[in-house]
Amino acid sequence: MRIPCPFCGNRDTQEFVYRGDASPTRPDTDEAMHDYVYLRDNVAGPMREHWYHAQGCRNWIVVTRDTRTHEIISAEFPR
Amino acid sequence: MKRFSIFSLAANALSGHRKWAPTWRDASPRPGYDIIIVGGGGHGLATAYYLAKVHGITNVAVIEKGWIGGGNAGRNTTIIRSNYGLAGNGPFYEWSMKLWEGLEQELNYNAMVSQRGVLNLYHSDGQRDAYARRGNAMRMHGVDAELLDRDAVRRMAPFLDFEGARFPIQGGLLQRRGGTARHDAVVWGYARAASALGVDIIQNCEVTGFVTDNGGAITGVETSRGTIRAGKTGIAVAGNSSRVAAMAGLRLPIESHVLQAFVSEGLKPVIPGVITFGMGHFYISQSDKGGLVFGGDIDGYNSYAQRGNLPVVQDVCEGGMALMPMIGKARVLRSWGGIMDMTMDGSPIIDRSPVDGLWLNAGWCYGGFKATPASGWCFAHLLATETPHETATAYRLDRFATGDVIDEKGAGAQANLH
Repeated sequence: MRIPCPFCGNRDTQEFVYRGDASPTRPDTDEAMHDYVYLRDNVAGPMREHWYHAQGCRNWIVVTRDTRTHEIISAEFPR
Repeated sequence: MKRFSIFSLAANALSGHRKWAPTWRDASPRPGYDIIIVGGGGHGLATAYYLAKVHGITNVAVIEKGWIGGGNAGRNTTIIRSNYGLAGNGPFYEWSMKLWEGLEQELNYNAMVSQRGVLNLYHSDGQRDAYARRGNAMRMHGVDAELLDRDAVRRMAPFLDFEGARFPIQGGLLQRRGGTARHDAVVWGYARAASALGVDIIQNCEVTGFVTDNGGAITGVETSRGTIRAGKTGIAVAGNSSRVAAMAGLRLPIESHVLQAFVSEGLKPVIPGVITFGMGHFYISQSDKGGLVFGGDIDGYNSYAQRGNLPVVQDVCEGGMALMPMIGKARVLRSWGGIMDMTMDGSPIIDRSPVDGLWLNAGWCYGGFKATPASGWCFAHLLATETPHETATAYRLDRFATGDVIDEKGAGAQANLH
């Protein structure tokens, strides 16, 4: 896989660190914390996920990637 | 079921091996069963077998979307061991090991269980201390463990790089009762024995949804071969647990990740047992056919693709070369990927689900093969008695909420680090 980093261009995934699903957002309540920390949609298909370009520009980016094929659909800076 | 023996072999040899009966019955779905197991891998078939054998529940179907043993049961590295350190894991995996030890007589099937030893190497004082601690925990649970020094390792495996290695080998933790088993034969053996007890094994039958009653309880499954009613439905579909559970409205503490494995060309016997590298993730054994079977880390990103990428191939091969440079000239024949249910603590789930009628056997991370017999035994116990088996009480779904996680590596709630 190569990730089209919006700052560096097309780079090998070895330069990146994977963090996982980008959709969960940190909740305000303790009750919702369990879901946020532990539960995952575990998407089969296009998934928005966080990658960190550790050996490049050191930006966090949001990559949309199909988990069934590894096809990378887009990569953008998080807003 | 005709028993296999030297006499049946001789009799069939006389007739040119043309009269062997099919090993198990390829069933078509009936309208309903007491229990349906979704997933015809080792765990699902073992569950069905023990339901019939131990609990006398034979009105059982195993439904499989493809062919039995075509998922992770056919995509592992065939290692069996019970060298765990935590109390939630130790007795369970040791129970699995005990079942392995009697499996072939139990099933009347040659699963090629070979207790050739599992050796985890250590390369630093700190790692030695950690292994000594784990070995002591194993012995306190009645599991065999020996801490070897460098000379003892050298006598066992003189081909390892003892001279000038970047991470010199100081010794190893050895479980002699560990070893390997023939993965396909485990599937076929359980299928044959379960089928003989009346279990229906239904292939090419994919679950597309669950049938629920007015109260929301699950009373059956919708499949590509029609609706099948069930008193209880158990899912044993590791790799795809989240997808199947989502049909029942559940979200699980699981991510699916790809793990690669490799086989070299066939070589004369060189590697005595299973050997793992302590300073990178690399483990290797040699199959009875001669191929070196080895693997390492998961790729690290969510995947359902059943194939991985080259950086991990390189990483695994570098680990192998650092440990035993002699394998550098062996050619890799095949590599493949399997999809792992990676839980948030690295340990499995065998529990009732919050949805009535649905029971979970999931989250095997990349250690599911060795667990096959005990997973089946404990899931059958849970389905039959509605109480967890004494060796599997810790594998609760709610442990992430209560804080009772079983995190052997201490890596935290990050699925790809386990």
